[in-house]
Amino acid sequence: MPFIPHTSADVQAMLAAIGVSDLEALFDEIPPALRVGQLPALPEALNELQIGRLMETRAADLPRPACFLGAGAYEHHIPAAVWEIVGRGEFYSAYTPYQPEASQGTLQVLYEYQSMMAGLTGVAVSNASLYDGASALAEALLMAVRANRKSKSKRILVPRASHPLYRRTARAIVHNQGIELVEVPYDPAGGHTPVEALAPHAGQDFAALVIAQPNFFGVLEEVDALTDWTHRNGALAVAAVNPTALAILKPPGEWGETGADIVCGDGQPLGAPLSSGGPYFGFLCCRQELVRQMPGRLVGRTVDLDGKPGFTLTLQAREQHIRRSKATSNICTNQGLMVTAATLYLSLLGPRGLEQVAATCHAHTRALVERLAGVPGVSRAFDRPMFHEAVLKLPRPTGEVLEKLLARGILGGFDLSADYPELGHALLVCATETRDEADLKRYAAALAVVV
Amino acid sequence: MSSIIPADLRYTESHEWARAGDDGIVVVGITDHAQRLLGDLVFVEIPEVGRVVTAAEGCAVVESVKAASDVYSPLDGVIVEVNEALADNPELINQDPYGEGWIFRIKTTSTLDGLLDPAAYEAVAAADEDEDEDAGTLANPKLVD
Repeated sequence: MPFIPHTSADVQAMLAAIGVSDLEALFDEIPPALRVGQLPALPEALNELQIGRLMETRAADLPRPACFLGAGAYEHHIPAAVWEIVGRGEFYSAYTPYQPEASQGTLQVLYEYQSMMAGLTGVAVSNASLYDGASALAEALLMAVRANRKSKSKRILVPRASHPLYRRTARAIVHNQGIELVEVPYDPAGGHTPVEALAPHAGQDFAALVIAQPNFFGVLEEVDALTDWTHRNGALAVAAVNPTALAILKPPGEWGETGADIVCGDGQPLGAPLSSGGPYFGFLCCRQELVRQMPGRLVGRTVDLDGKPGFTLTLQAREQHIRRSKATSNICTNQGLMVTAATLYLSLLGPRGLEQVAATCHAHTRALVERLAGVPGVSRAFDRPMFHEAVLKLPRPTGEVLEKLLARGILGGFDLSADYPELGHALLVCATETRDEADLKRYAAALAVVV
Repeated sequence: MSSIIPADLRYTESHEWARAGDDGIVVVGITDHAQRLLGDLVFVEIPEVGRVVTAAEGCAVVESVKAASDVYSPLDGVIVEVNEALADNPELINQDPYGEGWIFRIKTTSTLDGLLDPAAYEAVAAADEDEDEDAGTLANPKLVD
């Protein structure tokens, strides 16, 4: 059954009504050089039976390496109940509530999600999610510029030790609004962003500082000192955090004397499988005072005419369906299904369960680093405390080592040499709770052979 | 029901009113017609004192349960005072749009001569009322994505 409702007679009638000869003519304004035209690499369509068999064959041939790769997306155990419940029709088909108040169940899930995220981050408000962690950072920066009316410069300090892809995405999104991202160097020995690195910017006009916890190297930042320095200089502190880590680290709302102002990150570790890169979801939270600058959906609890409790979308007046081009954001899609998974994941684990996951990840990564740094020629790049990732220096090019490890069934980590050439042959490794002692041993043994 | 349009004020097409005071100070607010269209106000974002504005520049935001709208400066000038009471009581604009609900004071060298007189503004507001059949969509917006 075709899913396009228009018959060719419908199409002809519509074209005739607007005086256009054929559908192609509608795309005339796109320069030919930008159009793909044919897609020769795509084979002819297969039927369901054929495609099913093809995929089974390919899946059987795929290696299933032990994953030590993190760099922003992490393999965690997801209780079976999570996706069993998410897959129910009531959640699965209603990915966004088009008539929100008639979808009380969906709104309640979002409300519970917001409540949990506010608890985890230690600030008052969470929105109903954004597209992913990188776009959440971009939205956080736009928020900071709007909210910080004392600052005229539209400059934002961004540590080089924060996620390179987040920085690139944020730059792409905020660049055309005249916002400048200024890079702050990291300490070559510790891998952290010392307050001294900010000294050249003291007293200058900038809207915000991004504080990544942990940072891209897995290293823990001195968040209290960074937050207080930011506030002393009249700027907003934007925390970019790993949600799992928050189970054992101080929540951003309690950083320094008055806490971070905006908190963002990627929610993937909370119940979303790696799944070749997505879909994931972004989270965005803030202090109560900034709530009107927050883009995206926000669900509130209220009472109806009879005094019965209910849920509703709230603070909608600045969203794009009302404010059009003046909305706080025009790319504030939420990821309802992923958020449903996160809500279930957090509910099933509970605070203690999440704390156990975080502590186990930390312990496993420490054990992994100890083993790998014991391999001749391999050493830790930084000496500061880390969460569940660490940078190793290798005696040979990282890409080459990773290829050889993969041939031995090990996805060894993230090659840092393109983003951080100054680190030489550097490798970012991660061991979550899903890796066991045998995996760690196997990795160390394989690494000893390939370096 | 027609809205109140005081005879001693000047107006803009974007529904601000302006009242000339002493020493080139002009008081600015939004009209009774505007506050009616917006409905119950829940938040007012006021400009900073000292900000230099040009005519037709958005320098405040009034937010109701239905919509958030920019308030435009009617003239070139400098913001010299803002109505701090609106932070806690945005409903002052609904209750008394031409009095307690003023939004900012601007120091200007311009006169109000270029602005609409009450009769001209009445025509603008009336034309608005005619189009008002569609305004209900603001209260029942359709979500996209």
